[in-house]
Amino acid sequence: MTEQLIEKIETMEKKHEKEKHQREKEYPKSSLTLKIYRANRRAGESPHYDRIEVPVQRWTTVLDALLYAKAYKDQSIGIRYSCRMASCGSCGMKINGIPRLACYTKVSELPGREITVEPLSNFPHIRDLVTDFSQFFAHHHNVEPYIQNDIADMQEKNKLTEFIQTPEDVDKYLQFSYCIKCGLCYSACPTVATDTQFAGPQALSQAYRYFIDNRDTAPKERLNLVDNRHGIWRCHFAGSCSAVCPKGVDPALGIQLLRGHLLGYSKNEKKVAELEERQKRD
Amino acid sequence: MVSGGFYTICASGEKILEMEKEVADRNNREGMMGWLNPRRYGWERVSYWLQRLTGVGLLAYFIAHIYETSQIAGGPALWEAFLELTQTTLGHIILIVVIGMCVYHSANGIRLIFVHGGKGLGKPGRPDYPYDAVSLNYRQKSGIWIALILALVAMLYGASVLFGGE
Amino acid sequence: MEHLCSLGANNKKMAMLRESQIMKIHYITGVAAIFVVAVHIMMRIAIMPYGMSLEYENVIANYQNIPYIVLLESILVLVSIHGFNGLRVILLELRQSKKWEDGVTVLTIAAMIALIAYGTRTIIIANGLGFE
Repeated sequence: MTEQLIEKIETMEKKHEKEKHQREKEYPKSSLTLKIYRANRRAGESPHYDRIEVPVQRWTTVLDALLYAKAYKDQSIGIRYSCRMASCGSCGMKINGIPRLACYTKVSELPGREITVEPLSNFPHIRDLVTDFSQFFAHHHNVEPYIQNDIADMQEKNKLTEFIQTPEDVDKYLQFSYCIKCGLCYSACPTVATDTQFAGPQALSQAYRYFIDNRDTAPKERLNLVDNRHGIWRCHFAGSCSAVCPKGVDPALGIQLLRGHLLGYSKNEKKVAELEERQKRD
Repeated sequence: MVSGGFYTICASGEKILEMEKEVADRNNREGMMGWLNPRRYGWERVSYWLQRLTGVGLLAYFIAHIYETSQIAGGPALWEAFLELTQTTLGHIILIVVIGMCVYHSANGIRLIFVHGGKGLGKPGRPDYPYDAVSLNYRQKSGIWIALILALVAMLYGASVLFGGE
Repeated sequence: MEHLCSLGANNKKMAMLRESQIMKIHYITGVAAIFVVAVHIMMRIAIMPYGMSLEYENVIANYQNIPYIVLLESILVLVSIHGFNGLRVILLELRQSKKWEDGVTVLTIAAMIALIAYGTRTIIIANGLGFE
């Protein structure tokens, strides 16, 4: 299994290297134009695009280009960013029409000499490239994204110990725990485009993450939370969420697996993780 | 914090932000264009778009068909009159399109019944570069292509029956 | 676990069926409809040439065949349920307010019943016509 995986990764890496070399051969770009969406509705500024020329190098990311534009050309550009390494999820935006992380998208990956950057759709717009994530976080809050365990006694401090989870138990939810709440999936989802009460792929995949975690003892309640008119059933597996996810979370997989439990394809019983026996201390 | 949002109280007494249920915040939502634009995201998005389109098309055809067949209750003259309307080149073309829609919607629907329960999507694991999604695999994707091919074959067969004069 | 606040809670008062039950019906009616529609299409092209099968006498003769009537009625019921539920889903996603959602639910159920009734009327009348 591991060997097959290694072989698969090596084949993919060779393919990516080849494509990269191909692009670099065609790439003597030293500058390109950023077409940036500008709008500030609260100040009465109507939407328009500003075109700003920025110098780029082989390794320049879209975020680098935007920050250059902000530093040297137009200080008023509104951008949200933080870690610059695809870890915080702050710099999500539409790049050439597709939701991507600006720090994780190299300009060399994009065709042509003009890159269009726009704010993420399906999020209320604040200014320029900045959007409001409150609704998104509220949907996440509503799925109760924390372990609920009635069995283990976690109140008394001297009884606190760890849950015993095998690597197989962890593998069931690990990839879903890699979610950085960047919102790209929410922006790409066709149901979120019209349904304001739909939780969105991020919240639903987190519902699965906690559902399948064997430290959680509230699976039935979690299923009830999503089994409603604007819940899990409004996902139609358009797969766009997984197509844009930068961390390999594959929210579509989580949602369909959770739905499998609702449909009766998968058994709902899971062996709840036990607390390790705490050794007596002298 | 969000301006214009309001709170609801949960059973435990905690306040949580409730989406504006009646006055939904549609600010910057893609709206129907999010449904109607099938490009950008791959085959699954195309299949979603086609499934929706064919579903609505088939429902419209079904209603028209129930009306059309009800003409039999009016006697032979009414029935023949209606046949003259439908057994035309345009009528045949519409029927061929309906055949295609029906076959695609059925075949893709069967695929969806499986994938909606997580069958054929693979298992969760430990993601690694380039972070390709396991669920967007060729096994279930080929179901979309098979549905399209079956629809095309059915349309060709339908055309041969309708225009072939069998 | 005590603090369960559900998503989209405003539908609970109207719902007699859970959404999961409705969608299971949607899937089952979809699969069943494939079979009955396939038989219906076969009847049009396999027994006699397509053009001939549409002649008045042949159509009326079909309506005297009880198993065929049962088939037609099943198509009517299965496809109506599946189709109008699909329409309900599309309309629910389009707009969200209590008025709209309740209206969509009522109208799609009413349309479903009306279409089934109208189709059944055709079957009964056509069946009666064969005895004249």
